[in-house]
Amino acid sequence: MANPLRGEVFRLYKNLLYLGREYPKGAAYFRERLKSAFMKNKDVKDPEKIKALVAKGDFVIKELQALYYLRKYRAMKKRYYESEE
Amino acid sequence: MSGRVLVGVKRVIDYAVKIRVKPDNSGVVTDGVKHSMNPFCEIAVEEAVKLKEKKLIKEVVAVSCGPQQSQETIRTALAMGADRGIHVEVTGKDYDTLGPLQVSKILAALAKKEEAQLVILGKQAIDDDCNQTGQMTAALLDWPQGTFASEVSLENDKVKVVREIDGGLETIKISTPAVLTADLRLNTPRYATLPNIMKAKKKKIANVKPADLGVDLTSRLEVLRVDEPPQRQAGMKVETVDDLVVKLKDAGKV
Repeated sequence: MANPLRGEVFRLYKNLLYLGREYPKGAAYFRERLKSAFMKNKDVKDPEKIKALVAKGDFVIKELQALYYLRKYRAMKKRYYESEE
Repeated sequence: MSGRVLVGVKRVIDYAVKIRVKPDNSGVVTDGVKHSMNPFCEIAVEEAVKLKEKKLIKEVVAVSCGPQQSQETIRTALAMGADRGIHVEVTGKDYDTLGPLQVSKILAALAKKEEAQLVILGKQAIDDDCNQTGQMTAALLDWPQGTFASEVSLENDKVKVVREIDGGLETIKISTPAVLTADLRLNTPRYATLPNIMKAKKKKIANVKPADLGVDLTSRLEVLRVDEPPQRQAGMKVETVDDLVVKLKDAGKV
């Protein structure tokens, strides 16, 4: 059935939840949106569609990591380096 | 050479947190405040892990000095790819006065004990901004140092370091063993994702006391007072250029 994919979906949810702790607008804000996003798709049965959604989720993970990195890099650059005029 | 790299990581208040000074001006509020690994230390860990992935070194050991919570910082380093950790337990008053001098003594002792080929540190911590630990560690070990590194390459038993200095870049070649400190542009640290954190739980963290290393933690410094920076003065809006000239003349600027 969709059992192996069930594990994938849970893995994705846990990973996103963990990443959401650092979200600029707050972990609670992130968790709400994460939950509703997953709930919206809870009745999807087609394995192909599920795989596509999981891939989208993995993409979001990458985007979040990039967001966090850029935020930190910019903050450090602003604090420690003279702006090159 | 052992092919072992020692990386120092420091647990600091998270960079995004709004710092508040304690009402008695003795320090900064740390209770209940989010802490994480010093950003420059992350860059140091990333560089060490990269060297291991390129098979230029064999083992990455993450070290942190502090109370129990420092172990979380070591776990993050392990999740990023370090092989094992060493937690040097420093608590209470000793931890309050722990500074670059004490940490560099600890790191020097560990570098000798572990027969490290390289010690990589962040250039400075975002809480005290000392920028001293790397330099002091190198001096105590009588090892060469490559500080403010924005590029590191190993060539046999020498290290080529491109350093960020005022007015540009300086390239030096130093022999190993050596101490390096990481600057912002050295690399892009990988994120310690949940699966990596889980895998890292199997890696060992050894517990060590400063006394075991023969290190004296007495501080030669005493913090007298901590104050917030002065509040920024509000700007003023003027209607015309003449008004602006009048205001500037009043302020004695023109």
